[in-house]
Amino acid sequence: MTVRSQQGSIRRRLFIQLAAIAALLSILLFLVVRGLAGSAAEATQDGILAASATSIADALRAEGGSVTLDLPYSALSMLGSVNQDRVFYSVVAEGETLTGYSDLPEPRPLPTLSSNTFQTFDYRGEEVRMVSVTRSVSTGVEPVNVLISVAQTREGLAAVTQRITTFATAAGVGFFLVATALSLWAAQTALAPVNAMASAVTRRGPADLRPLTTEAPTELQPVVEALNSFIARLRASLQRSEDLIVEAAHRVRTPLATVRAKAEVTHRKLQKPEHRQTMREMIRAIDESSRSAGQLLDHAMVTFRSDHLEPENLELSEILRETISRLEPTAELKDVGIECNYPAAPVPFRGDWLLLQSAMVNILDNAIKYSPEDSSVHVELTNGESIRISVTDQGRGFGETDLNSLKSRFTRGSNVSDIVGSGLGLTIADDVARAHGGYLEITSNQKGQGACVSLVFSPQ
Amino acid sequence: MRFACILAAIGTVLLSGVSLAQGFEIEERVVYDATQGDAEIQVLSTADRAVFEPILLAFQAENPSITIDYTIASTREVMKAVEGGDAQFDLIISSAMDLQTKLANDGFAQTHRSDATLQMPDWARWRDQIFAFTQEPAVLIVSKSAFPNGNVPTSREALIALLRDEPERFLGRVGTYDVRTSGFGYLMATQDARMSESFWRLLEVMGRLEPRLYCCSGAMIQDIRSGKLALAYNVLGSYAAGELARTGGFEIVVMEDFANVMLRTALIASNAKNVDEAKIMIDFLVSLDSRPDLIEASGLPALDADQLAENAALRPIRLGPGLLVFLDRLKRQSFLRSWEASITQN
Repeated sequence: MTVRSQQGSIRRRLFIQLAAIAALLSILLFLVVRGLAGSAAEATQDGILAASATSIADALRAEGGSVTLDLPYSALSMLGSVNQDRVFYSVVAEGETLTGYSDLPEPRPLPTLSSNTFQTFDYRGEEVRMVSVTRSVSTGVEPVNVLISVAQTREGLAAVTQRITTFATAAGVGFFLVATALSLWAAQTALAPVNAMASAVTRRGPADLRPLTTEAPTELQPVVEALNSFIARLRASLQRSEDLIVEAAHRVRTPLATVRAKAEVTHRKLQKPEHRQTMREMIRAIDESSRSAGQLLDHAMVTFRSDHLEPENLELSEILRETISRLEPTAELKDVGIECNYPAAPVPFRGDWLLLQSAMVNILDNAIKYSPEDSSVHVELTNGESIRISVTDQGRGFGETDLNSLKSRFTRGSNVSDIVGSGLGLTIADDVARAHGGYLEITSNQKGQGACVSLVFSPQ
Repeated sequence: MRFACILAAIGTVLLSGVSLAQGFEIEERVVYDATQGDAEIQVLSTADRAVFEPILLAFQAENPSITIDYTIASTREVMKAVEGGDAQFDLIISSAMDLQTKLANDGFAQTHRSDATLQMPDWARWRDQIFAFTQEPAVLIVSKSAFPNGNVPTSREALIALLRDEPERFLGRVGTYDVRTSGFGYLMATQDARMSESFWRLLEVMGRLEPRLYCCSGAMIQDIRSGKLALAYNVLGSYAAGELARTGGFEIVVMEDFANVMLRTALIASNAKNVDEAKIMIDFLVSLDSRPDLIEASGLPALDADQLAENAALRPIRLGPGLLVFLDRLKRQSFLRSWEASITQN
């Protein structure tokens, strides 16, 4: 049975949350890397442009009362050594272009002696970055303000930014993948004790009500304790029911025997046939009740001894012989013959005498009960690949009933309502077989009528 | 470089520079008609027809469906044509690395990536827009008659010492580019100045010897051969090698302290109409090293990284924004002023 709670899987929730955090961190990483590296690249370009403009400014001099310039080779070649961007420059003295590109726009705001101006704008069809510096050149009369601007296209910067973006993307994606894999692993690991506990509980047999001893982490300790206390209460409750049944059966059986004896006596005294008939039916009902009570007691005994099995060395042929001799009187009453087949060698077996006998009694009793008069029941003990005690009758078989359901308590064949029975016999036999590591095999006879019920054990 | 001369192209189509009615002057225009198909490519180049024709014919042999419209102009006119924007060309081939760099930097070039271009060494391309396909060192050429016993200087220091020690021997017999008119001369002079302080000392020494200034390598070689010049400094090596093979009479010296290597480059114009054909031609040009026959026929040395590795003195001029420095108006002014002050002392 699968329980689907509205809360969903903890693992999935844990994983999704961790993955979401990883995604967030990855995006953050991407933005930080790209932002930092991008501004570093821009700062590099700005730095070189400023160096270029400054070296031009340093080469300014006054000559014959006017400003002139000996443009240093390095001023422009340094720009070419970093990338292959286009370079523009202008030197303007008092509004008059001394040299360079006269159509370069005037910088806004105007640079001062202490601070340069950096600008980005479109020029000649391409985005350019321009730095402007100002210098005051003394010409003898009065100082002339000279404005030097150096501009460069940003293709190199774009290429660098592109590379950085690619790198940042790769780093982000890589980080996300690793973090996601790790969160999957973390979620798995965190829930491993829960899974271990669940499988420890699942692996248990239906009757195993021992307390859970799995090592559990602190967080799961309350769950384990709650589960164990629940198991203990369940055990106690089951024990009480069993006790009640046994007690009830015991209390009922003794008075029933008294009632039956009295009924027998009364039956003999009665003259009228219809009274005698009624009394016979009463006796039959009493028989049924006392048989049920007996079997309930048997069942309780089997359950108890199975739980605390104390095996001893036995010989199966001997148990079978004694069982048959116990039931022979019952069989003779119905004119049912019992044919036996034993192996020549003894069949050693480790088990509980009482339980095994109880199982055989129940199987054989069933066979005799459902056998028609003047027929025979065939009992065979074989010791081959497995130890097998088969009881075959010539009765009516099980009809349409599901053969496995017969092992459950109080389930009887669909065609036996006219015969006294509790539906506990095969349950007892099955419990015993399983307590000894075997199983009960129920088949309808292949040839003709009848059923075959076998106790099957592995050889020891 | 060359004065604009309008020559009729032989064989195929006859056109004149005037009929182009564009804001720049051309020297020559040749059309190589395709034998099949109607694809076309318009090339604007600084390379002389004699030099480039074998390459063009080999290209057409591989791509018979492409008609090549080949226009020759000076480096300065090429720059003017492209920057002006009213001329329509697909492929720009020029020996002026600085001007090509400026074209690409100012957005007049298209990006092209192919297996062929990606195999090129890094120093031979810039922005995947400028592609070098030759490496041509600037060399010293000396007249054999002026140096009958050998003893040719192989470094700038040795050259300076020689010119200083024997002024009477070299007075009026030293030649170099007039960097005011020659783009190639200016490029080489600025690179020299960048590489070594000895350049200015060399100029000073040459200035005292009443140097002859030239517009182009051809005239310098002419005068070396005739004996007018004893030596000429910073001649285009590939051109000199071609002339030497034809006529002889002089010696080529690759300086051992360092020799600037000019890279002839091609780029696809941003307003190109026949981009696919231009790409095919770029791929053809950059794999020139696999065609020794064309190197032989054109006299253009293909890219050869092994040669550069063997001879550490060979320094290819670095493509990139550094080349823009000497195109700066003020920088050019001050450089030319210094140059003039050194070279013209009387």
